[in-house]
Amino acid sequence: MRELSLHILDAVQNSIEADANKVYVNIIEDFDQDKLIIEIEDNGKGITPEFLKEVLDPFKTTRKTRHVGLGLPLFSAAAKNCNGDFKITSKKEKGTKITATFKHSHIDREPLGDMVSTIVAIICSDKEIDLFYHHQVDNKKFEFNTKKIKKILGNIPLANINVIKWLKSYLKYNFKELYKNGGV
Amino acid sequence: MEVFRLPKIKSLEELRKLREEAIKSMRVRESTSTKITVGMGTCGIAAGAREVMHAILNELEKRKIDANVITVGCIGLCAEEPLVTIERGGQPGITYGKIDVEKVPKLIEEHLIKGNIIDEWVISRG
Repeated sequence: MRELSLHILDAVQNSIEADANKVYVNIIEDFDQDKLIIEIEDNGKGITPEFLKEVLDPFKTTRKTRHVGLGLPLFSAAAKNCNGDFKITSKKEKGTKITATFKHSHIDREPLGDMVSTIVAIICSDKEIDLFYHHQVDNKKFEFNTKKIKKILGNIPLANINVIKWLKSYLKYNFKELYKNGGV
Repeated sequence: MEVFRLPKIKSLEELRKLREEAIKSMRVRESTSTKITVGMGTCGIAAGAREVMHAILNELEKRKIDANVITVGCIGLCAEEPLVTIERGGQPGITYGKIDVEKVPKLIEEHLIKGNIIDEWVISRG
């Protein structure tokens, strides 16, 4: 995967498969400390301590459709390849939290990429899920959550094509603002 | 800390207006709803499913076609990803395999506008 936003999408798909109905995505870009931190936390069914030890092994997976799970090992490698770190903690029936840390300026760090498309793909999931997104670039931040949007929309689904169109322009505008005067 | 959003009232107003319009259009298309499903497991994502979904949304927007686009996890046909299933008005779904961004305009044109199934891209029916 060529973008960190694709790893994020993949990790959130894991949360959805784990029956989470809330996912928190937290991105912190700290230029002073030259760090990029990505946290993904869900309230899904969690991972057993036994499986947690093996979760970064590409030959282990819980999926029944195929027997190799590549998502998390790829995410972990993306972080470790650029002076970073990858941690996963989980509690059965409580949820799972992933923390990936990167040296922001590292030459091998994948770009965040198209976060708008990642958010849209999450929102259009067939499972009922609320996304709480928090993105900080130095001292500026952008927060977004689907709960608030759903409240305004009432019985109109978030996946409605006109809602998606609005969302895309809303997100694009806010990301542009977030990176104004610096950042990349 | 500086916190900002779209000029807030304006954007939420936009969303409310949009809601009114959506309610109207929903009444019109109740019996002809079209559902497009895109596989978004690790296999799909790595094969470009997110970009395919993006291209589908753009194409629908461009041609003013009303449809719901939905993402699902892996269904076990990883080698055929990206997978796109189209269901129209209660008919059984048609699943297309190895759909890339370049194939999307033809897929929408043939299947949704002309009503022709593109047999050579189909990997499963019903």
